[in-house]
Amino acid sequence: MSAASSDLTRLAAHELAEKLRAGEISSVEATRAHLDRIAAVDGDVHAFLHLNTSALETAAEIDARRAAGEELAPLAGVPVAIKDVLCTRDMPSTAGSRILEGWIPPYDATVVARMREAGLVPLGKTNMDEFAMGSSTEHSAFGPTRNPWDRERIPGGSGGGSAAAVAAFEAPLALGSDTGGSIRQPAAVTGSVGMKPTYGGVSRYGAIALASSLDQVGPVTRTVLDAALLHDVIGGHDPRDSTSIPDAWPSFADAARTGLREGVVKGLRIGVVSELGGGTTGGTTGGTTGGTAGGAAGASQGFQPGVLQRFHEALGLLEKQGAELVEVSAPSFEYAISAYYLILPAEASSNLAKFDSVRFGLRTEVPGGTIEDVMAATREAGFGDEVKRRIILGTYALSAGYYDAYYGSAQKVRTLIQRDFDAAFGACDVLATPSAPTTAFKLGEKLDDPLAMYLNDLTTIPANLAGVPGIALPSGLAPEDGLPAGIQFMAPARQDARLYTVAAALEALFVDAWGGPLLAQAPALA
Amino acid sequence: MAKPDLMDFDKALEMYEPVLGFEVHVELSTQTKMFSDAPNPAAPNADRDAAPNTQITPVDLGLPGSLPVVNEKAVEYAISLGLALGCEIASRSTFSRKNYFYPDLAKNYQISQYDEPIAFEGSLVIELEDGTEVTVPIERAHMEEDAGKLTHIGGATGRIHGAEASLVDYNRAGVPLVEIVTKPIFGAEGRAPEVGKAYVATIRDIVRALGISEARMERGNLRCDANVSLRPRAQAGQPVAPLGTRTETKNVNSLRSVERAVRYEIQRQAAILSAGGTITQETRHWHEDKGTTSPGRPKSDADDYRYFPEPDLLPIEPSAGLIEQLRAALPEAPAVRRKRLREAWGFTEAEFRDVQNSGLLAEVEETVAAGAAPAQARKWWTGEIARIANARDAEPAELIAPEQVAAVVELVESGVVNDKLARQVIEGVIDGEGTPAEVVERRGLKVVSDDGALIAAIDAALAEQPDVLEKIREGKVQAAGAIIGAVMKAMGGQADAARVRELILERAQA
Repeated sequence: MSAASSDLTRLAAHELAEKLRAGEISSVEATRAHLDRIAAVDGDVHAFLHLNTSALETAAEIDARRAAGEELAPLAGVPVAIKDVLCTRDMPSTAGSRILEGWIPPYDATVVARMREAGLVPLGKTNMDEFAMGSSTEHSAFGPTRNPWDRERIPGGSGGGSAAAVAAFEAPLALGSDTGGSIRQPAAVTGSVGMKPTYGGVSRYGAIALASSLDQVGPVTRTVLDAALLHDVIGGHDPRDSTSIPDAWPSFADAARTGLREGVVKGLRIGVVSELGGGTTGGTTGGTTGGTAGGAAGASQGFQPGVLQRFHEALGLLEKQGAELVEVSAPSFEYAISAYYLILPAEASSNLAKFDSVRFGLRTEVPGGTIEDVMAATREAGFGDEVKRRIILGTYALSAGYYDAYYGSAQKVRTLIQRDFDAAFGACDVLATPSAPTTAFKLGEKLDDPLAMYLNDLTTIPANLAGVPGIALPSGLAPEDGLPAGIQFMAPARQDARLYTVAAALEALFVDAWGGPLLAQAPALA
Repeated sequence: MAKPDLMDFDKALEMYEPVLGFEVHVELSTQTKMFSDAPNPAAPNADRDAAPNTQITPVDLGLPGSLPVVNEKAVEYAISLGLALGCEIASRSTFSRKNYFYPDLAKNYQISQYDEPIAFEGSLVIELEDGTEVTVPIERAHMEEDAGKLTHIGGATGRIHGAEASLVDYNRAGVPLVEIVTKPIFGAEGRAPEVGKAYVATIRDIVRALGISEARMERGNLRCDANVSLRPRAQAGQPVAPLGTRTETKNVNSLRSVERAVRYEIQRQAAILSAGGTITQETRHWHEDKGTTSPGRPKSDADDYRYFPEPDLLPIEPSAGLIEQLRAALPEAPAVRRKRLREAWGFTEAEFRDVQNSGLLAEVEETVAAGAAPAQARKWWTGEIARIANARDAEPAELIAPEQVAAVVELVESGVVNDKLARQVIEGVIDGEGTPAEVVERRGLKVVSDDGALIAAIDAALAEQPDVLEKIREGKVQAAGAIIGAVMKAMGGQADAARVRELILERAQA
């Protein structure tokens, strides 16, 4: 690998875009640099399931159009990785499942089509927990992805492939999907930025559904501005998705740039949720939160001390800039995981019924068998244990006689959680929590303990249940293990722009404090 | 399988009270499907010869990642139908998923409506053959998508079990449906079969008048599931018995079959109950050829479709303005229309019912609109055309267009053909020989209007029967009939009998 191409992989997407626009580099060079990087490190990381064999051709087309004087979109020529849950008409789209192995959809997901339209260059498809069920990418049918910070550790999930690709400098940008934290939790444990937009903000058309009322596609990047730029490309109304919001959206890139202005967080009211990493550490009336290193106690049960420490330090930085910390309570959040693990399996059990061997995907022949036998054998062979577990859970939760007690109650909890958010946003502009309760755990550590695995989504799930946007960005390395910790901000529905402004402001403060981006501290891989 | 015992119908009615219920599926004739932009095979201009699996999109195949989008036109059609059934229209209705595995169901769930249908609580007045009006209570009308079609290869029964292979055609998958569900219909008694037929016929007339379905039962545009249960007659001083166990006879797809299937189930169930047996709650298949039903799959309350709200779709919230606009655009209610036409045409009750019971109201109406006198339109449709249709086992409306019937009437009125020749003209038109005028030309059916030729024929006939003129002069005018007959015979039927008669009378007075 040449030094020059190595440098290109270190650039943020907006920096690459700037150099492409200025004619300093070509898209072919940028794309080749990333393909070289993938060739060098992905054997270890295993972020990718499929590589785009025509990436360089696509890059060359973009270069030709630029050379011809064509006005191109801001990210034109920049490579991007795509989570394998998104349909691509030129690459297999497996959602990490054996049952879809080799399946090439006849169409592009809307977000993929929009990226192509904007001239981004797909590098390939990234690994994930099967059908996005998991928090570690260990449930991929095609083997786990490893955390670039420590290859014995998980990269988060379900979108561990996208986050690892970005953190390992294999791609400057990636697309993920977030049903209960699958963008934000991997971002947190790999030191990346991940944004789950407002439900309905980004089209779900062509995103292989896990839980339709919770799923949302979003960007995974190394900087807040990059996430905003990618969100600008993929977001906005899509008539093919009935749940897509028809309103126009502001420029998220502009919102991120606003975050760099002096004094932008002055007067910003940041709500700290006592049930999610806030509480007991002071700071409720302003002033001292920033100084409470190691402030883990009381309601912060389940949170790793170093994660909480970095979280409160981050709040302290913002407070110093004039932000106001407000302690808020969201009592229903306590039931979020329970509700989530009823609603998600219920919807998933129905969404995954179509995988029956009749029209596409795996078919397991049963000599002399009936269609029911073939369907059953195919699903038995094609689905992994976690998928089967959730299908069984969901089928049970929807069954006559149990519906009210399970699915019905879960929907009521969902309403209560939405009310908690409404009340909280009456008192603050954004909510802040740690992105995930812990840093990356070891591969295999929680594989046999589904409940422990589920608890990893504690902080991310409420945003999905309420449909509000959430962004995760690095808050530093936890002192006890030297692994990335993250901070999450949430805003009212449709206020995604506010998150980009606040996150960009904090990111700038961190870069000053750390003397550069956190990922610069990651160990070399190759 | 031995043919099950049937109880005599009248005896069954003596012992038991039949309770009916109907589920009618109407395929809407929108240009595109319920949730995708694929062409709708139930549209008026659909390509009915389309190869299997060509009228589909990723949505209809349920491909991973695809999402449904509601067809707004289908919603408007459903609202119109709900209004025509006297239903309330929900200001908010939702779609739900009905989950079950079957290979014709691409997603292995059907998007339907469950607890919040678009239309509910209606009633429909239907008219039986003798003019009796019956009010059928409507429970609900809801929107859903149709499934694909399975063809089973090999195996004796043509059903999935025992077949060697099954082919699936998803062209029909996603066709917009409205399912109309009645409440239990009490009090039909011995007229239960007739009530079933008249109810389905009325639905057919309504959806046709609304222009929301092709409503061709033979093509499956309109499909009826007939529910029948019996309960014992209450004995004096005893409380009314609870409802009996029902059977649901599926896909009874002609008016006549609805009538026959209801009658059959009443007789079959009565035989079982009177022998001390119990009725199995099940779906049953209707066999058109044998006129019997046979057990399908058991249907019990244990059927669990795991309904839950469809998360891919938003609630349907039609504005009050839209509902009122659709209400204002509703065509006349059938009962009102019948009254208006009867008065406009000046028919007697019996004449009018004759037309209506033949299912020819629309045809006569259109023939009158094309210029024919009402009496003439009625005569030809319920007479010659119905006769030919019956002989050929076809529907009269499929044989000839109202405009052509009006043209035939005009040919008779203007004396170009007589009634007898007109029958041949109609036959020619039905056989595809062209327009009525062309048939007259090709078959050489014009009446002889040359008086010279007629007089020559009259003279020849009079030479055979010389006493006729004398009889006429004595006032026995009917004696002319013998000469008219002879002349018509000599002219091969192509003479205007009235003119012949005139000429004979002139001759007698000469």
